[in-house]
Amino acid sequence: MVDFLNPSRRGVLKGGAAVGAGLAMPTIFSSKAWAADYLNKPTGDTVTFGFNVPQTGPYADEGADELRAYQLAVKHLNGEGDGGMLNTMNPTVLTGNGVLGKKVAFVTGDTQTKSDAARASAKRMIEKDGALMITGGSSSGVAIAVQSLCQEAGVIFMAGLTHSNDTTGKDKRRNGFRHFFNAYMSGAALAPVLKDEYGNDRKAYHLTADYTWGWTQEESIKNSTEALGWETVNAVRTPLGAGDFSQYITPVLNSDADVLILNHYGKDMVNSLTQAVQFGLRDKQVNGKDFAVVVPLYSRLMAQGAGENVKGILGTTNWHWSLQDEGSKAFVKSFGEEYGFPPSQAAHTCYVQAILYADACERAGTFAPCGVVEALEGFEFDGMGNGPTLYRAADHQCFKKVLVVKGNENPTSQFDILEVVQEVPAEQVTYDPSIFGGELGECNNGA
Amino acid sequence: MDAILLQILNGLDKGGAYALIALGLTLVFGTLGVVNFAHGALFMLGAFCAVTFNQLIGLEKVTIDPTQTTPWGSPVEIRVPMIEEWLGPTGTFILDYSVPFSILAAIPVMIVIGLIMERGLIQFFYRRPHAEQILVTFGLAIVLQEIIKSFFGANPIPQNPPDTLRAAADIGALFGFEPGNIVYPYWRLVYFLFSAIVIGCVFAFLQLTTFGMVVRAGMADRETVGLFGIDIEKRFTVVFGLAAVVAGLAGVMYTPILPPDYHMGMDFLVLSFVVVVVGGMGSLPGAVAAGFMLGILQSFASMTEVKSIFPGIDQIIIYLVAVIILLVRPRGLMGRKGVMEG
Repeated sequence: MVDFLNPSRRGVLKGGAAVGAGLAMPTIFSSKAWAADYLNKPTGDTVTFGFNVPQTGPYADEGADELRAYQLAVKHLNGEGDGGMLNTMNPTVLTGNGVLGKKVAFVTGDTQTKSDAARASAKRMIEKDGALMITGGSSSGVAIAVQSLCQEAGVIFMAGLTHSNDTTGKDKRRNGFRHFFNAYMSGAALAPVLKDEYGNDRKAYHLTADYTWGWTQEESIKNSTEALGWETVNAVRTPLGAGDFSQYITPVLNSDADVLILNHYGKDMVNSLTQAVQFGLRDKQVNGKDFAVVVPLYSRLMAQGAGENVKGILGTTNWHWSLQDEGSKAFVKSFGEEYGFPPSQAAHTCYVQAILYADACERAGTFAPCGVVEALEGFEFDGMGNGPTLYRAADHQCFKKVLVVKGNENPTSQFDILEVVQEVPAEQVTYDPSIFGGELGECNNGA
Repeated sequence: MDAILLQILNGLDKGGAYALIALGLTLVFGTLGVVNFAHGALFMLGAFCAVTFNQLIGLEKVTIDPTQTTPWGSPVEIRVPMIEEWLGPTGTFILDYSVPFSILAAIPVMIVIGLIMERGLIQFFYRRPHAEQILVTFGLAIVLQEIIKSFFGANPIPQNPPDTLRAAADIGALFGFEPGNIVYPYWRLVYFLFSAIVIGCVFAFLQLTTFGMVVRAGMADRETVGLFGIDIEKRFTVVFGLAAVVAGLAGVMYTPILPPDYHMGMDFLVLSFVVVVVGGMGSLPGAVAAGFMLGILQSFASMTEVKSIFPGIDQIIIYLVAVIILLVRPRGLMGRKGVMEG
């Protein structure tokens, strides 16, 4: 019988060892350090990508197009279909044989275009489904929230459609990368075209969506147009999803402004543009000049909602299906054959992001996030639709051609809504990475 | 002065939409005692009646042009509206006026939807607590909007006003102001007039017809009306259909102002409830008066001059006014004693 009141030295040592082992058991089996040298290291014959797109909510149609593009990218990576941009990307080590010998599998999440829902679905894909990389989204708020989560978790985030300067500015993270252009680049690309079209003696009135993207776009466009000599008469913040913008548009009529700049996206852009045209702004003359409306960020999918009101209105876009470079033609052909219509800019950026991530893994020889970060930082490539492109190491922002577009006056089909006015070279939209602050920090392998 | 007049006009057309939705809500609440959170969905369904009508009459004859191909290799399609082929200029006219014409289709559709909603679901909640009514009708609203999204997608679908009404009217010039300073879209003026006519028709129906008299009597005291051997429930079901039509027509005519999407009903619902509460639960004149009043106040609160003194006031003005009115007059502007009390 054991005498608990008078323990022996040997008994204490044995008991202590047993208790210690018992306490350590759960962590021994769950520890990432024990299991792998990075989070979600694939052990089977597949590697899992996490596609986090808006499947419900106001941007569901854009999300559906993103998902189509991702599915096409997976097919091409796994050697199915015609290969799309794998045939045009230069340089690339991808051969259509999966990534690092593993077939690409994917899981999907629904961001609902809400930061908390997007974080929850990304977390689920990382923790439950073993996703190594999260990509997608149609909102800067969502992109910044998910990028931060991926940094903390230790996986790579390849942003989808996000245009705020903050994503690769003050909120940039080492594990996050953005292929899409940003508000600063829109301003830098658009300003010279605005000068050619409307001169340098103009008075601008801004209506701005009251959230992070709207603020940065307003600031960027103001800086660019004021540098031309334009005067900013007023900049009014409008609530997100205002619906009826009449009370914000009527003050423009008597403001002495001769240009209305709509820093709105999605449904807000559709509504504010439609209503501005209905109020006769485009038929108005102020200070002896024809009144002009400008939409700095266009989305073809969204512009469809504004119908004929987009005709002749200038803006910028990341990419357009009518581009004639080999990469764009290959992608439009693959996507069109698969789905029967041309891809949107959201589809393009998501497709390219998935391919770029896969290529980086191959070049790094590992799925470890820090290896992938190293492979993507400073990576220069071509053949993906916007000419020679650089993934800048300092802020993980892609620099490539930016398209200035205009609502098509004579569309030949329901997809022919925008026409490309100018392909602005990357040099013209490149900026000093320090102007937006922020720190990339250290990369995180999640182990 | 110009700015003030423009904001009054803004408030009137916005108030017209609020008043029409609130009128239907009040009719349903006043007769059936149901707090119908699916009423905004009826506004949205009305708008999609216009979209569907437009798509049906705009059905196109597709011919293939073998000489051209799209960038993805399929032949280019040439599309011509069939109605133009069949009817010539008349077809073009119908296409141009598709929004006003869709009223003819929306009236029977909304009556049927209203009756199905009332007989199929809402009648089972007449004697249930208001909280349960709110839950079930809110759930119904979500189901309806998801059904619409699955058919029409999430993006707004533009609907054009007739060509002759696309421009803006120089109202200021008519009243001696400097030309070009007070311009207002024709269609918004049409919408204001339309809402005034519909409101007038509903009041005339309730005030000048025997049916309306019985309904008003039932709203005041349904038990006594029942003692006269009148089946008031049946009449109230018809009133539900009428309320659905009013909301639906408000939605149809609003489509050129706000390209419809599946969520537009929810956007209006909360504000319309505030309108009903401010006007006084169960009071039809109260709902109309509060609709226009809050519409105008919301427009004024959005003026830069006002926002520079009270930042963000445009976001809260309606709720602020609602709180003040309910503190001063707990039954709302024209609320009756005993409604939602006790």
